[in-house]
Amino acid sequence: MNDRPLIVGGLLLFVVFVTSPIWHGVATRKLALAPLEIKLPSQEKNCVAPASYMRTSHMQLLEQWRSDVVRRQQRQYTAYDGKVYEKNLTQTCLSQCHASHADFCDKCHRYAGVAALNCWNCHSDAPLPARNAP
Amino acid sequence: MKITRKQFLELSGLSLIAAAAGKLLPGTVRSATEEGARTIRWGMAIDLQKCRQKEGCSGCIRACHTTHNVPQFADKAHEVKWIWKQPFEDVFPFTQTAYAQAISAGQPVMVLCNHCESPPCTDVCPVDATWKRDDGVVTVDWHRCIGCRYCMAACPYGARSFNWQDPRPAIPAVNGDFPTRTKGVVEKCNFCEERLAKGLAPACVAACEEKALVFGDLEQPDSEVRRLLRSRFAVQRKPELGTHPSVYYLL
Repeated sequence: MNDRPLIVGGLLLFVVFVTSPIWHGVATRKLALAPLEIKLPSQEKNCVAPASYMRTSHMQLLEQWRSDVVRRQQRQYTAYDGKVYEKNLTQTCLSQCHASHADFCDKCHRYAGVAALNCWNCHSDAPLPARNAP
Repeated sequence: MKITRKQFLELSGLSLIAAAAGKLLPGTVRSATEEGARTIRWGMAIDLQKCRQKEGCSGCIRACHTTHNVPQFADKAHEVKWIWKQPFEDVFPFTQTAYAQAISAGQPVMVLCNHCESPPCTDVCPVDATWKRDDGVVTVDWHRCIGCRYCMAACPYGARSFNWQDPRPAIPAVNGDFPTRTKGVVEKCNFCEERLAKGLAPACVAACEEKALVFGDLEQPDSEVRRLLRSRFAVQRKPELGTHPSVYYLL
């Protein structure tokens, strides 16, 4: 069995070749993306749910809100901190905090490379004047 | 425990009597679940005499269509409408006699979705995008509608419209408080369910200065609608179809 060094050497060469982009990235330090800079609302500290939950599961929350309003006539949302919000994309999310979907929703979706439904085909994307009663 | 034949027969008989007694006294058994859950059925009465008082009036149409971002297409084939005028003889073909035609012929009648008690449009929807709510409002989920237009074919009143093209450019001034629709969905009057949720009357009712449109709960015997329907002669559109519309016309 004189082929052992050849086989092991070939395998090693293969592994190095396959993982070469990683070593290249480590060497040139280009792996780290520039951190995403998103303008956070100035007047509010808390979202309707903790930021970590919103980051991973806002789509489920929005879908739940949609079904509640359209199908169950439940329009009030009691947040984890006890605050009551109206389940309303334009009136609550956009008008109260995230003034521009282009600067918030679209920016993050582009950064993360995630396609999303286009809410703004139908829902108003301009913030509305504040309303008193929820 | 051993049970004798006699004891078994006695027990069976007693159980039967107990079950029969429960059936005979439904009030005692079911009252706990049914009390408190008052049913609502929203309905409307349209007084045609009052409606005719001001000629050419279309305040209710304007109010509805601006509130709900209803597009205004010049092309009739693309028309989208929630509440509109139709000639009397088209709305009530059965009322025509040779001598009475003169007073009613050509007179405009306000028509809108009838919010039927047995809506044929909801039964045919293949994706559960339209249904009748517990309060009688027939509603559409525009997120879910696939635009097959079965419901439009099923509606005997032509109350539903289809968006053949993007409606946004055809909306004179978008009301940001209410969503617009998108190309490829069916829409119709929603009885202002978004206003009902806030305790407000529908936009058309609020806009009518002549008070020709009266809105209320048909399940409440003392509501204004019920009072009117008791005291005046009222008709529904195409009653022979058995759809039981919630919109009544006072002739």
